[in-house]
Amino acid sequence: MFADLLTRNGNGIWTVEIIPAEIEPPKRSRAGASGYRIRIGSHAVTNAGDTADIVVAFNEQVLYSRIDSGALRPGTLIFTDGSWLADPNERVAKQYMDAVADFRARGYIVITLPIAEECLKYADDVRKGKNIWILGLLCAIYDLDQAPVHQNITNRFSKKGEETVRKNIALFSAGYEWALQHVEQRFHIPSIANTKPMVVMNGNQAIALGIMAAGIEVCSMYPITPATSASHFLASAFEQVGGIVHQAEDEIAAIGFAVGCSYAGKTAVTITSGPGLALKTEFIGLAVMTEVPLVIVVVQRGGPSTGLPTKVEQGDLMAALHASPGDSPKIIMAPATIEECFHFMITARKLAEEFRSPVMVLSDANLATGQQPFAKPVFDPAWLAPPLDLSPVEPGSLPFAWDPETGLSRRPIPGQRGGEYVLTSLAHDEHSHVAYEASINQRAMRMRSRKLSVLQSALQPPALHGDPEGDLLVVGWGSTLGTIEEAVDRLRSERKRVSSVHLRFLSPLEPGLKAIFSRFRKVITIEVNYSDDVGDPYITEESRRYSPLAQLLRAHTLVDIDCWSRVPGSPLPPAAIEQRLREELSKVVA
Amino acid sequence: MQPFKILDLEPHEQHHDPKDYAGALPRWCPGCGDHSALNAVQKLCYDKQLPPERTVVVSGIGCSSRFPHYMNTYGFHGLHGRAFPVACGVKSRRPDLHVFVVTGDGDCCAIGAGHWIHALRYNMDLTVILLDNNVYGLTKNQTSPTTRLGEHTNTHPRGAVVPPLSPLTVALGITNTSFVAQTVDWQPAHVYNTIRAAYEHRGTSFVRILQRCPHFSAHIFDAPREDPSLLLFMEHEQGISLEPAKLQKFPNRMTHDPQNLDEARAIAEREDIYPLGLLYRNENAVCYDDFTSRGLGMPQAERQVAIRTAIDKFVI
Repeated sequence: MFADLLTRNGNGIWTVEIIPAEIEPPKRSRAGASGYRIRIGSHAVTNAGDTADIVVAFNEQVLYSRIDSGALRPGTLIFTDGSWLADPNERVAKQYMDAVADFRARGYIVITLPIAEECLKYADDVRKGKNIWILGLLCAIYDLDQAPVHQNITNRFSKKGEETVRKNIALFSAGYEWALQHVEQRFHIPSIANTKPMVVMNGNQAIALGIMAAGIEVCSMYPITPATSASHFLASAFEQVGGIVHQAEDEIAAIGFAVGCSYAGKTAVTITSGPGLALKTEFIGLAVMTEVPLVIVVVQRGGPSTGLPTKVEQGDLMAALHASPGDSPKIIMAPATIEECFHFMITARKLAEEFRSPVMVLSDANLATGQQPFAKPVFDPAWLAPPLDLSPVEPGSLPFAWDPETGLSRRPIPGQRGGEYVLTSLAHDEHSHVAYEASINQRAMRMRSRKLSVLQSALQPPALHGDPEGDLLVVGWGSTLGTIEEAVDRLRSERKRVSSVHLRFLSPLEPGLKAIFSRFRKVITIEVNYSDDVGDPYITEESRRYSPLAQLLRAHTLVDIDCWSRVPGSPLPPAAIEQRLREELSKVVA
Repeated sequence: MQPFKILDLEPHEQHHDPKDYAGALPRWCPGCGDHSALNAVQKLCYDKQLPPERTVVVSGIGCSSRFPHYMNTYGFHGLHGRAFPVACGVKSRRPDLHVFVVTGDGDCCAIGAGHWIHALRYNMDLTVILLDNNVYGLTKNQTSPTTRLGEHTNTHPRGAVVPPLSPLTVALGITNTSFVAQTVDWQPAHVYNTIRAAYEHRGTSFVRILQRCPHFSAHIFDAPREDPSLLLFMEHEQGISLEPAKLQKFPNRMTHDPQNLDEARAIAEREDIYPLGLLYRNENAVCYDDFTSRGLGMPQAERQVAIRTAIDKFVI
């Protein structure tokens, strides 16, 4: 609600949901409590930023996990729930006092809130009242007017009756008043009124909306964190828009169903995360082999295996690229912002159909759960898939009439008279007849591969952030766009010769990369991924394992690209990137 | 089935000859039971005058799954064990298509068992034919889930060590199953009548055809072939019939009401005989098609308004 108010106010925000892997982790455990991080600015905010100015902790123990992750700094203002002091278990009260003393010793400013006492004046259940009371507190500290919030509360709770609305407004005002009387600190973040209509949503909602706006009627999925929420949204939205979410019996069936839909002329989408991608690979290979258009969204999370189900990582790039037995040329795109999550779905469906190919869209947990305002998309009916063309196929046309220059061909759809063919996962010729001769396979592979080359020739070289030449070039992809550019901007303001480039297409890669790289003394990728550190005494130049984007770019360009990557399970803060780039710059310039 | 008027298709006045349904020359071995199913399906398509362009045969991998290649309709020869999800996807937004699934005992009951169970539960309007020869043929004689105990294969040279799975009892155990029948490849008239009844039923009709593999399980059905009393012919006015002359060949007959699920299960569990005919049919089972076809007739203009409204909900 606080983030929502700020965006309505015209402030830029970036939010991060901190979600434990369990529904109800043990109470007062240091790790595992959920949370919500909001970065606020006057202008658009592109990433989660560095350390927090204010923290509200309903349970002080969890702050230790936040301290470990570097989220706090000396001077951070911490509000804690003093109700623990009255806990019947004496150990809890002592633990609370020890923690507060420790926090103060670390330089944090701690203010104990009488949450239970205050909330019980207006609500029967503290748990149902404390969020709104805290909202009041924050609005006072951030100097926001009460009236629009009252309206917001009324809208939100009106379904539950007037009594609930009245209670919540009272709780809000009480929190607000308490802050005015007891808290000195104030933050005033000027906002610029939005001139254009804006929307605010998270990346999964943007993907879901994009799916509908692309005219896709079927989302076939199996529940997996952090991808599932997109299907929650679609399941209800499709009721009005005309479509279905098919919750399959497993990940394999989910993509199989989508392939069946697409084969029958209705390009479908399947949404998953890393472990689901692993299971879907055989069908991805089939879609490549049989040239079935299909959109596959992978909302990446920490791996390998079950890994960090609710946390961010970009570790599925190689898995996506090579998903399939054998060679499987496919289109892979990666949105870098929530706005792109929306628009890329429209492009993905079109590319899937034009290129008769699966298109993978790689998002991640950071985009999936982060909220960001952006200009309201102006819906264009041309985004929708055209109605099914079931007119008879010209006599003599073949199901894979590959154009030798492009590899492209038009596919017949069941219902088209004269187009009857048997799609087969086996190697096949233009007739879709099983290929028993060696030369056919070579040719068919070449035709499927050629499509990527054709697509690459239609793409523009990526735009550079900063000067087109210099000492250091940072290459990134996906949700790290904002944090990388902020780090680069900080260094550029010191006249450091550093630029960055952010890739949206990973397969085929955008053209001109080698030329761009050649104008910098050093190129380094920054990723939320694992790679061996150069300084590691157990790692040699020969044994060092690079992060996925660096591997891909090294192979593609033969440029000696370095990488710096980390897997903290949270977005990389710009300060960490800045520090690393500073070190690199000092090495390069020396 | 309930006709869905979704696509502006012209009614087909074109008459189709039997040859219109015949695709490539089958590459199955002589004596393979798959031929009997292919003949029956082609005859059914002809008798029903199914437009070849609106008929889709979906299969997985295995000898049986070469089936679509031998039809002159649309076909989908996909992945081992995965015919069911594909077929459900094909049908989901295209209720105008006639969808057949052809699968084998390895494809359906082993690698694809999870999909099989759920496809029966979804009960979409599919005609499913399980060509069960108790062995993996294409990969050369490995034990399948329906290989009998003690039967020698390349993976169990001293004989299969675990009792076989019964596809009939599994199918009859799944909630919302709506059609379960069994036939044998050496009774072509019965094969045809069974597949026809399956096609005419709205929902997932599951037909198991007992058949031999001439190479690797050539003798498994010698006993019932030689002694027809080992076949239990299920008779009922709601069941699968045979003309009286042919019926006389089955000395062992019983009346079984296909609505009687308990009796169907009891018959399926018998190990002393091979039941023949319709074990179970429920015309009132939920069809998932009713859900998946939702919103198909929506005019583009209405869709556009709904999309704009959905976007507007996020406006701040």
